[in-house]
Amino acid sequence: MKSAVITFPGSNCDRDMDVALKKFGFKNKMVWHQDIELPKSDLVVLPGGFSYGDYLRCGSMASKSKIMKSVINFANSGGMVMGICNGFQILVETGLVPGVLLRNKYLEFICRNVFVKINNKNNGYFKNIRNDILELHIAHNEGNYFCTNDQLKEIEDNAQVAINYCDPEGKIEEPFNPNGSIKNIAGIFNKEKNVLGMMPHPERMIDHSLSGEDGSHFFKNLINNLK
Amino acid sequence: MKISVIITLKKDVLDPQGKVIHQALDGMGFDDVNEVRQGKYFEVDTKETDPKKAKDKVEEMCKKLLANLVIENYKIIDAQ
Repeated sequence: MKSAVITFPGSNCDRDMDVALKKFGFKNKMVWHQDIELPKSDLVVLPGGFSYGDYLRCGSMASKSKIMKSVINFANSGGMVMGICNGFQILVETGLVPGVLLRNKYLEFICRNVFVKINNKNNGYFKNIRNDILELHIAHNEGNYFCTNDQLKEIEDNAQVAINYCDPEGKIEEPFNPNGSIKNIAGIFNKEKNVLGMMPHPERMIDHSLSGEDGSHFFKNLINNLK
Repeated sequence: MKISVIITLKKDVLDPQGKVIHQALDGMGFDDVNEVRQGKYFEVDTKETDPKKAKDKVEEMCKKLLANLVIENYKIIDAQ
């Protein structure tokens, strides 16, 4: 399976993602934001970081960079595009997934492990995964998911919520919401479910001696789904 | 021609920074403030000399980049 990770100026999880994808069998290529064409890929990843120093709004400048035209075309033709953290912020700025990511409710940068419950497994990302709950890492200042009431209705009607923040048992309640996101939303799909944006970093949970292995379960399952 | 634009958060969008600024003002003795909302201000200096055309261009810029219309409103406040 072939993957491509886009590097923007200020991306800092691009190499972690490269390591993770390769560990689970992807042939990964790094793609520079000024490139025009994507290499042939089964999966395109927009990594975490602080693209363009978070100028204007997080992800807004990166969403207008040259390579994004190809990424948007790829997504619109059904290609799998995953945005993690800043990548999620870039995705909402392109309009590929609905909503926006606001400053965290309590104005603090949050860097810790969280639990998320998978809300929808009927898609290429979570199909066949055994876990219902994953322990993943978050590190962000703007992860407070917000959308209009109309958008929320549409998102829920189309089962576009991918994952919600929860407790270790899977309870989705306000005390387990780290950043103020509407309905504890941590990740969202587009209507067709080929585009996934999420704040947590699965690529940081791929080694049990360093972190945890729930990211490993995610990537192992993902590559099997793509085969 | 210089076009001035302000971008503000829509009414129902939480503005935690505005809230903290409000609290700080309160602590400084400005205790009659009802609410503070934080926004952005842009000055776009354009080669266009026709005010109508210049404003239209900047409006397009607002829609496409300067503002995120899910959470923000824009208002062109000056053109000279």
